Amino acid sequence: MSAYVTVRGLTRVFDVSKPWLNRVLEGRGKAFLTAISDVDFQVEERTTYALVGESGSGKSTIGRTLVGLLRPSAGEVEIEGVNLATEVDADKIASVRSNIQMIFQDPYASLNPRWRVRDIITEPVASKGEDTVGLAERLLEQVGLHPSDAGKFPHEFSGGQRQRICIARALASEPRLIVCDEPTSALDVSVQAQVLNLMSDLKDELGLTYLLITHDLTVVRHMADRIGVLYLGRLVEEADPRSLFSSPKHPYTQMLLDAAPRMDGFGREVPPPKGEIPDPIDPPSGCAFHPRCPIAADICHRERPAMRRVDNALVACHLAE
Amino acid sequence: MTRPVLSIHDLSVDIPTRAGVVKPVDGVSYGIAAGEILGVVGESGAGKSMVGNAVIGLLSRPAHISGGEIWLNGNRIDTLQGERIRRVRGKEIGMVFQDPLTSLNPLLTIGDQLAETILTHLPISKAEAEKRVVAALEEVGIPGAAERIDSYPHEFSGGMRQRVVIALALCAEPSLVIADEPTTALDVSVQAQIISLLKRLCRERGTAIMLITHDMGVIAEAADRVAVMYAGRLAELGPVRDVLQQPEHPYTHGLMTSTPLAAMDQKRLHQIPGAMPRLSHMPEGCAFHPRCPRAQDKCRHAPLPAIEDTRAACWFPMQAETAQ
Repeated sequence: MSAYVTVRGLTRVFDVSKPWLNRVLEGRGKAFLTAISDVDFQVEERTTYALVGESGSGKSTIGRTLVGLLRPSAGEVEIEGVNLATEVDADKIASVRSNIQMIFQDPYASLNPRWRVRDIITEPVASKGEDTVGLAERLLEQVGLHPSDAGKFPHEFSGGQRQRICIARALASEPRLIVCDEPTSALDVSVQAQVLNLMSDLKDELGLTYLLITHDLTVVRHMADRIGVLYLGRLVEEADPRSLFSSPKHPYTQMLLDAAPRMDGFGREVPPPKGEIPDPIDPPSGCAFHPRCPIAADICHRERPAMRRVDNALVACHLAE
Repeated sequence: MTRPVLSIHDLSVDIPTRAGVVKPVDGVSYGIAAGEILGVVGESGAGKSMVGNAVIGLLSRPAHISGGEIWLNGNRIDTLQGERIRRVRGKEIGMVFQDPLTSLNPLLTIGDQLAETILTHLPISKAEAEKRVVAALEEVGIPGAAERIDSYPHEFSGGMRQRVVIALALCAEPSLVIADEPTTALDVSVQAQIISLLKRLCRERGTAIMLITHDMGVIAEAADRVAVMYAGRLAELGPVRDVLQQPEHPYTHGLMTSTPLAAMDQKRLHQIPGAMPRLSHMPEGCAFHPRCPRAQDKCRHAPLPAIEDTRAACWFPMQAETAQ
């Protein structure tokens, strides 16, 4: 097994300052939002790495940085041993890029309503000037649709079918890595099951590597080989699903698992978690989770914890054991 | 059981289209008692929100109630018009919608919005209303309620906004609250806070709550009874524990087993083949029969058994077989 993707010290800062005139009139400085800060992880080939976190945790920013839609402010992303930010050989970059595809959350917004399905699916290949005869039909069959659907428009399909079209499009250029940003969040449970099964099948058949970005712990548990939990732009815990769900180490992971509704939790009364995710423009000192943490000590206010190994997990917490 | 706060009898909603009349709600009956949370689940297009909208008289044209009755506290409300239904809505029935940002007026402070609702429905003075506003915000757990009444909706986070909406729904002391996907737009930790808030209010005030959601986990934790809807019809109705643990309708069973939660260590998820039928192309007999593994000839033609007699609207419920 080798690492297909290596992310080292990845940081992305957005300038969210008001316009110059407002800053002068209101006497305010510039404002910066640190969406992700010092994130390290590796994705092994032919595995599914899941990033979980609540809104504002920076999971989508990581995905977008990985595929090259955003540039990192610091740190690096290495795919197939090529650092996309510093590599000078354009051919190398192009060949790595063509091995990466992305599936988005909203299958209604990510398909051009004026294009026929055939054109949508073959676009990644056609743009490279390659032959696309019969490609759309073959891919449609692979994702469980009918070859004759190639002549239709996106509005003729249901949400689940559209997500299948998005998957077919992602497969067209024969990628090795697919970044899936909340692929089933917009879908109903029974449709979600169909799409998740399809994704698992394709992974086995084609030897794909997935980076799965989602807030849904149940999906993560089902799909992932390795899970990274994000809080306020930082990786707080990394483990395999079995250890993460049976004995979460970080207090945030524990809180998240406790708060998730359970199918067998009839009339369950748990004290709900305290507080909400803090403002990323002005994050708390030390460990970002300390204002909500039930076991926070003095050191948590002062020092940002480094990732360390506890049992089978990597945890960024001073007190986890 | 005490007399239900809300009872719906054989409710149908029609939408006339060029291709003929479609029925997004077809013969639905259920009741909710005081202090009870009834969960309504189903996938998109199952008609669960349409029932809620019919109850508060918010069906948008051309959709209209074409049959059945809706009774609230012993009064029939589906026939009320104009000002009279408006008085019921807000006073007797509170609403909580999915997106808290669109259910609040961005140009009014939250204090003004709450006071407006209170003054419209309750015969009290302005000063008294103001006190009630602060009390209502404190009750839903907004810290520093007295200072925050002059804030605008955009100054609150998503979870806090949803708390404001709940305060708004409850401030006229309604006997029924319809919560339509109240936590779908929120994060897991905030969702847990809102669900526990709804449960507490339901218990303390004896409010009946219709909790509409697609999330089986939320239903399991919050609801007392659950109504499963499929293609505009009631598929199964019963106590939440029975329905979720031993579903009788094959659709409920399919829904439960296709949730990743239920199939934790399985390699593949159970999947229901196909998709929900379009309203314009409803199959004859049971609407679920084309996707049902247990379907027989009877399901394709015979009208469904009424749900009053059995828990599931199904000719061949799951339990019957396992019991044998």
